[in-house]
Amino acid sequence: MGSEMINRRSTLKSLALGAVSLLAIAAGGTVSAQAENKELKIGFVGVTSGPAAAWGTSNVRSMQTRADWLNETGGVKIGEDTYNINIVTFDDQKDPKRAIAGMEKMAQEGIHYVVGPNVDDGAAAVRPVAESKGIIYFPYAFPKALYTPPASNAVLGMVANYQSGPAIYKYLKENKDVKKVAFIAANESDPLSQRDSGVAAAKELGLEVVAEKDTYQNDTRDFTPVLTPIVQLKPDLLVLSGVAPANAPLLIRAARELGYEGLISAETAQDATVLQEGAGELANGFISVGGASTPEIRTPVMEEFIERYTKKFGEYNDESNTKVYALEYIIETLKANPKAIDDVEEFKKTMDTFSAPNPYAKDSTLKYVGATSFGQKRQLSVPMVVTEFKDGEFQTLFVGEVD
Amino acid sequence: MEQVIANGLYLGAQYALIALGLTLIFALMNVLNFAHGQMYVLGGFVTYTIYGQLKLPFVVALICSGVTLAIIGALMEKFLFRPVVRRSKREESTMLLAAATAFFLDAVMLLLFGEKQRGVPKIISGVFVSDRVILPYDRIVVGVIAILMIAAFMLFMQYSKPGRAMRALAQDRVAAQLMGVKVERYSMIGFAMGAMLAGVVGGLLVSITGVNSGIGGPISIKAFLMVMIGGAGVVGGAIAGGFILGMMESVGLTVLREYGDITYLVIFALLMIFLSIRPHGLMGKPWG
Repeated sequence: MGSEMINRRSTLKSLALGAVSLLAIAAGGTVSAQAENKELKIGFVGVTSGPAAAWGTSNVRSMQTRADWLNETGGVKIGEDTYNINIVTFDDQKDPKRAIAGMEKMAQEGIHYVVGPNVDDGAAAVRPVAESKGIIYFPYAFPKALYTPPASNAVLGMVANYQSGPAIYKYLKENKDVKKVAFIAANESDPLSQRDSGVAAAKELGLEVVAEKDTYQNDTRDFTPVLTPIVQLKPDLLVLSGVAPANAPLLIRAARELGYEGLISAETAQDATVLQEGAGELANGFISVGGASTPEIRTPVMEEFIERYTKKFGEYNDESNTKVYALEYIIETLKANPKAIDDVEEFKKTMDTFSAPNPYAKDSTLKYVGATSFGQKRQLSVPMVVTEFKDGEFQTLFVGEVD
Repeated sequence: MEQVIANGLYLGAQYALIALGLTLIFALMNVLNFAHGQMYVLGGFVTYTIYGQLKLPFVVALICSGVTLAIIGALMEKFLFRPVVRRSKREESTMLLAAATAFFLDAVMLLLFGEKQRGVPKIISGVFVSDRVILPYDRIVVGVIAILMIAAFMLFMQYSKPGRAMRALAQDRVAAQLMGVKVERYSMIGFAMGAMLAGVVGGLLVSITGVNSGIGGPISIKAFLMVMIGGAGVVGGAIAGGFILGMMESVGLTVLREYGDITYLVIFALLMIFLSIRPHGLMGKPWG
């Protein structure tokens, strides 16, 4: 009896020790595998709090999802070394002063590649820091001066409205018989500059612009008073210049409830769930621009990205269809020229000739563009997918490309 | 012009309701509650979750918004503001505490509900259309509910025992205490009521304007604006301030649209002139 107990105890002890040893070996293995990889820090400076939090949050979450995915599958091989990606984030609260502080923090951490900022004034404010500290940054801001020589460290992360706007208005003029256009924008630098370039593009196409000065405070919650006089002008197309995803459904709903029956469009990326919840069927027909926005152009990699993002954060954000690209471009360009890992001048040289398959959209290539708009390649080639919202989903109207 | 007036009245009704809770808390405790907008947002999210996600009736969601915020308000008063008021004679202590609470609630809501704008199905479909006025039925319903709530609140303050106690407290805290009013209890009830009003109006308006975690600050600023117009700590002043601001917005956005977005510039300029002439706002001291 006593020896049986001792035997059983010994067996249990041996099993426990064995399990602990196995766990230790496994953990040690993991640690050593991770320890073998070097670390590549990529920065983010943008807005992740306040009313515009959706813009930066979709950036950060896209980057974190992709970084985790790459790290989980062994890291990224750049030259002779393999790197784990570490995303370093800084919330600039849409404040240019904080954006500068964020960029300085990135420089202190030895980071050479930063995604953001999300707005015009932030992107303009960080330029001196980025240029003096050797940082290439990828803003979601449209002022041409950021990307035109002598500026050379900023790379536009999306399609600008002065690139997508003319294409959309031309399509609507030719296919939907649009003649009269009204513009409305938030009273902030980005939407106002987008409105002005939209107005110029519409006039160049021979469209009649019936409203071009109407603006609203970005924190407006009820747009009925703002839209009442515009709806009375009966435009064929109402352009929501630079509209934030939070405001788009409110504007659409207010316009429709006031009896507006024409088309409504925006040149900024939107989220299908937000439109559906905020405006429901009133948002049907709403035209906007996205990246790999629609199921028919997505690759299996994009589908898996959405799945991983949803699993990690509980809910996907359609803005990430565009925001997914910046990190991919950084990594693929570094792979193409490993010397660029700590030398942004090498990165710039590679941008002129760089080309790689687009993992997220079918029949598409990753390459730097912008020569026509900026006189140098300082823009990511993101598919310009013009979509129409219908019953909770985006449907492709047409796909364009920026030169 | 009829449309402009209708828009102004509707905006005014919802603004007045937003300002009521803020002015109540100020009147009772001399606390500028910077977290009022965040309480409004939280109320909106509670209704979003219960009505929009769990598909329970809107009325249930609205009650839950009110009750949740009342509890949060009571807890805030008991564990945060009461000790600070007791220990510090400086008014800025409570202001800093309120600001910290606002930032805290902002961060919590961003974590809990995410960065996206949220909306719920309309509580009633259809649009009232006449030759002169177009107004969706849900706005009419919300406007009427807002006016009924304002009336109920005023009756409660005027005729109920807690209402009378709170009015006494607002007029003279020491005298009320000497007359047997339980200061701590009614301060807590008042703070809970102010928070409840913010929660209910947040829940009510989520059916029209939706909600997102970043709008608390701007809502607070607008509420302060109304209170400044009407007179801090005066219920009638908050109501008047709400309707005046709503009407000014509606008229300004129509009449001044030719000149760009100068409506708020004009409103602020007028407010500066007005306050330099009448620093206490329209209705002066607490409870008139």
